[in-house]
Amino acid sequence: MAASPGAVSPVSATASSPTLEVRNLQTHFFTRAGVVKAVDGVSFTVGRGKVMGLVGESGSGKTVTGFSILGLVDEPGRIVGGEILFHGQNLARLKEEEMRQLRGNRIAMIFQDPMMTLNPVLRVDTQMIETVLAHTKVSKEEARQRARDTLGMVGIPSPDERLKSYPHQFSGGMRQRVAIAIALLHRPELIVADEPTTALDVTIQAQILAEVQKLCAQTGTAMIWITHDLTVVAGLADELAVMYAGRVVEHGPVNGTLDKPLHPYTMGLIGSVPSRNKRGEPLRQIPGMTPSLLNLPVGCAFRTRCPKAQDKCQQDPPLGELLPGRRARCFFPYNMPAEAAA
Amino acid sequence: MSVYLLRRLLQSVLVMLAMSVIVFVGVFAIGDPVEILISPDADQMERERAIKALGLDLPLWMQYLSFLGNALRGDLGRSFVFNEPALQLILQRMPATLELALGATIMALIIGLPLGLYAGLKPKSPLSSTIMAGSILGFSLPTFWVGLMLIMVFAVQLGWLPSTGRGPTVEVLGMRWSFLTWDGLRHLAMPALNLALFKISLVIRLTRAGVRETMLMDYVKFARAKGLSPARVTYVHVFKNILIPVVTVVGLELGSTIAFSVVTESVFAWPGMGKLIIDSINVLDRPVIVAYLMMIVLMFITINLLVDLAYSALDPRVRLENK
Ligand SMILES: Nc1ncnc2c1ncn2[C@@H]1O[C@H](COP(=O)(O)OP(=O)(O)O)[C@@H](O)[C@H]1O
Ligand code: SF4
Ligand SMILES: [Mg+2]
Repeated sequence: MAASPGAVSPVSATASSPTLEVRNLQTHFFTRAGVVKAVDGVSFTVGRGKVMGLVGESGSGKTVTGFSILGLVDEPGRIVGGEILFHGQNLARLKEEEMRQLRGNRIAMIFQDPMMTLNPVLRVDTQMIETVLAHTKVSKEEARQRARDTLGMVGIPSPDERLKSYPHQFSGGMRQRVAIAIALLHRPELIVADEPTTALDVTIQAQILAEVQKLCAQTGTAMIWITHDLTVVAGLADELAVMYAGRVVEHGPVNGTLDKPLHPYTMGLIGSVPSRNKRGEPLRQIPGMTPSLLNLPVGCAFRTRCPKAQDKCQQDPPLGELLPGRRARCFFPYNMPAEAAA
Repeated sequence: MSVYLLRRLLQSVLVMLAMSVIVFVGVFAIGDPVEILISPDADQMERERAIKALGLDLPLWMQYLSFLGNALRGDLGRSFVFNEPALQLILQRMPATLELALGATIMALIIGLPLGLYAGLKPKSPLSSTIMAGSILGFSLPTFWVGLMLIMVFAVQLGWLPSTGRGPTVEVLGMRWSFLTWDGLRHLAMPALNLALFKISLVIRLTRAGVRETMLMDYVKFARAKGLSPARVTYVHVFKNILIPVVTVVGLELGSTIAFSVVTESVFAWPGMGKLIIDSINVLDRPVIVAYLMMIVLMFITINLLVDLAYSALDPRVRLENK
């Protein structure tokens, strides 16, 4: 793995230390209507070569979490608390120029909508070469070489010609491959992939998933895969963090969490996935809507939609380790062993 | 692309034809030039001879047809006043007006783009508020008044710049230009600024709105996520996108700038087409008025075509559709 010379990590990456450790992250937006706590005390860890699935309905704070890690939160938003430890170095404290050197280099991001992420008036080669040159001192020709190789790597045929094209000459799937190629240019140690396949059709989604997975396994890249689609993370992620209203409500290994979810919200998400329903059974939707972050219910934020809610839920449930390696923010979880459930 | 051009040219010809009818009939309706051109003492014989000589005794449609026939041969009639071909009169004065309008446009871009960019990037700074307030003044102050104030300050009080005329000119391509000499440039400065004022405001507002809108686009955030320097994000990713609407609008405005240079030319005694047309309207010198209006129409059509071509050069998405 090529660590760039400009890297500023005081702690060397040892095999045991996680690539990323987010501790109690709080990112708030100071709007006219009030303070929107888009991310409110989120913690998780991603190890080298591991994939962390970050799931939740739209508006639960997944994208803002991703932007916080890359230092791309804009006015009126601000990281107001917590730590983002990248190989032990707190990114939340980094100067903008130091952060810029990490971005696109050791930490990359792939955005949700491939139709919007590439600049429409710049050719693909321009957009790739500038990324290479932003972080390494190579000639333009070498940069082009690297761009071409990476395009080939993500499965774009005749990359030499395609380099000279404009984004509108690509299909959505191809554009997302270009965006992925841009993210991979510097072989980053961490990739934040924000619903990168949501806008694509299922076949292309599957292809891209398989390829990204292979690339990450080869290079040891850690990945945060953001999605609202549980079927995607099931085959991809090692760990799962479920977000609701700016907080992690359940966190654990992907298989255990999907097979025996603890939190009623996770249960609801699983119930609304078609393939996981028994045939003939109607799809169960979580009743109600995502509450406005400006007007959350007191106590458990999921209370107004939760089938198990009781009086006690008017207090704030802590995120407790309810089973070994399994944490959930709920007073009355599902799937607890009999003696514990009593 | 060539099919597209051909279609555009055909459209242009039709527009010119339609305009020629409107202009001809419109000018005919303004009034009778005979009253102005022929001395009140002239007797009936002299009057009729003059009317015949000017071709004013024929019915309107015949006058139009002969006008059209001549126009196709590049003859737009002779000025009643100067007794010279109207087209020649206009072409003589066109470089002065073009120079003024282009000077104003360049000034508008040089001043307006950086100010608009700043106001868009730092919308909350006091300087941005000042710039935006200034642009409102630029929109609302009358051109002739600003022109007079400029003369008061820079010509009368400070004595820095000359207040009238073009100054020395140099002949290039058979036309005379002021901007090639230092003294000519000094003569050009004030009228160009006067004419540019409105456009500077326009460019500031367009640029600022464009920056504010483009900064929110995903591709700008993605450019930042790639770790590009802020300068590269601003001057390549944002700026190139803003240039599209700015160039389009400023280009299309060039026609009206030429047409509206009338006021500025009058204030600064700038010997361009605008001053000629005002003088010609005063004496109802029909051939000159008609020729001037036709030239303006032709100019609008040409400018629109050029803007479309520039637009497709800047925006790759348009380029493809035309192929
Ligand atoms: N620029 C902003 N201004 C105000 N609130 C914002 C802004 N961006 C995001 N938010 C708030 O943050 C919440 C989480 O947004 P986001 O992270 O995009 O959700 P997700 O990616 O999970 O769909 C949203 O509900 C929204 O209210
Ligand atoms: S704490 Fe209560 S309301 Fe919240 S999820 Fe658990 S059971 Fe439902
Ligand atoms: Mg999102």
